[in-house]
Amino acid sequence: MDAANVAYDPVVRLSGLTRRFGPLTAVDGLELEVRRGELFGIVGPDGAGKTTTLRILAGVLPPSGGRAEVLGVDVGADPEGAKPRVAYMAQRFGLYGDLTVAENLRFYADLYRVPRAARPERLERLYRFSNLGPFTDRLAANLSGGMKQKLALSCALIHEPELLLLDEPTFGVDPISRRELWAILREMNERGVTIVLTTSYLDEAERCHRVAMLHQGRILDLDTPARLQATMHGSLLAVRARPARAARDALRATPGVRRASLFGQALHVVVDEAADGEVLVRAALGSMEVDGVEVIRPSLEDVFIERVGADV
Amino acid sequence: MSEAAIQARELTRRFGDFVAVDHATFQVQTGQVFGFLGPNGAGKTTTIRMLTGLLPPSSGVARVAGLDPAAESRRLRGRLGYMSQLFSLYGDLTVAENIDLFGGLYEVTGERFRARRAWVLEMAGLEGQEKRLTAELPLGWKQRLALGCAVLHEPPILFLDEPTSGVDPVARRAFWDLIDALAEGGTTVLVSTHYMEEAEYCNRLLLMNRGRVIAEGTPGELRARLETPDASLEDVFVELVRREGGAVVG
Repeated sequence: MDAANVAYDPVVRLSGLTRRFGPLTAVDGLELEVRRGELFGIVGPDGAGKTTTLRILAGVLPPSGGRAEVLGVDVGADPEGAKPRVAYMAQRFGLYGDLTVAENLRFYADLYRVPRAARPERLERLYRFSNLGPFTDRLAANLSGGMKQKLALSCALIHEPELLLLDEPTFGVDPISRRELWAILREMNERGVTIVLTTSYLDEAERCHRVAMLHQGRILDLDTPARLQATMHGSLLAVRARPARAARDALRATPGVRRASLFGQALHVVVDEAADGEVLVRAALGSMEVDGVEVIRPSLEDVFIERVGADV
Repeated sequence: MSEAAIQARELTRRFGDFVAVDHATFQVQTGQVFGFLGPNGAGKTTTIRMLTGLLPPSSGVARVAGLDPAAESRRLRGRLGYMSQLFSLYGDLTVAENIDLFGGLYEVTGERFRARRAWVLEMAGLEGQEKRLTAELPLGWKQRLALGCAVLHEPPILFLDEPTSGVDPVARRAFWDLIDALAEGGTTVLVSTHYMEEAEYCNRLLLMNRGRVIAEGTPGELRARLETPDASLEDVFVELVRREGGAVVG
């Protein structure tokens, strides 16, 4: 280990990490480091290898090749070594529906051998974060989706891990609970907990310090959201035109247009040059009804679609 | 004036003391993509269940595709498509077997069935994959297959209950492309979602909280209700629910 790497204090270090399932290579030679205190996002299409990577980090799935170091422990050789300092919240986290909120928390506190003396203060803090305090006696089965996720997160945090691994933590959660979950994550992160999470929602990825875009088991790109957004080729226009699909098809057939896709009620159109973009678009659309053309800042999702090269 | 595809007037559903849907009144015009938003427990699913004839209302009336769902649910079934995040597909059946099953269910037979099956396979991008087990398909493909099966009988009205939870942005865009094509062809689509990005694809939105309709309008109109110019739809959602005194807890 050289001096430069020590200074970074990586909490996660992957080198050549590979995982095969029969003929399928789910994770294909990943190289990356997550630094202490980072909030790190992994995004990618279905089957990109996001969940597999997290499971390897959590020590629940051995790698087929390469090396994964978590908090200095080679988790391939010693899957149990880092576990006391890591929390892993899988997509289907193991809450017990027939136990109450308080009983679930006690169960995880026992599992992770949290000293009894330390429990009241931690529970108080977790209840405050999660707003679950008034519901300690409610069965987990009777909680809403958002509350279940907050309870799962609280259970994952009961042993004060240094590293928190979250697989799609906001899956199926309404916007209000989603904000609460993110507030908890940010506060944990400010307290020094390193967080690695996967998400299908690129607006969530924009809240991370750095983001790795995964595709077919490989890293397409890894950087801060702002820098990723700055690397998009061409300029992005939001075009409001009717009929939308015919407009999209006409734009796709136009030289100078790199990409055109439906996005909500508008079309997102990537052109080589912003300067003559509007002229180009209006000419391509001919007699179609065009309500507006404006240059917009690409979101991480636009960058993602470009990188994955999907024709949507 | 033609009748709206979906109409609800003072639609109410109680479960014991709990009022799950409280005098909901709204209508959806033919060919619209109409979004149902609201926190967990707001009453979205209960409303959809009443509109699809699965649950009788406690009071109030609904009309869907010209029928009363409470009294004519059997006839209504042939005019509705329904797809939920839980998918109605059988994982241990192949792609072709799932399509066959829906053909039987919706009584789509003979030449029409063959044409519709070919359409489903093409739109879902599953040509040549007919013999694969559905459970083995990537989520985005499963979802498109579920959508294809839900509209196998070419229903004029399609209900989508949180259709794209958990799928990636590429699959999500491809899915909405299909929805848009259906709407362009005259299908009325009512979609419930937690994701404001999906709400952007809707012509009109209805926001529910604690069983009541608290706002309705185009995405632009709803944004205009907040004084902050760059408010996202999610900001609007959170603010309007907050003004109503917050979400149902539980």
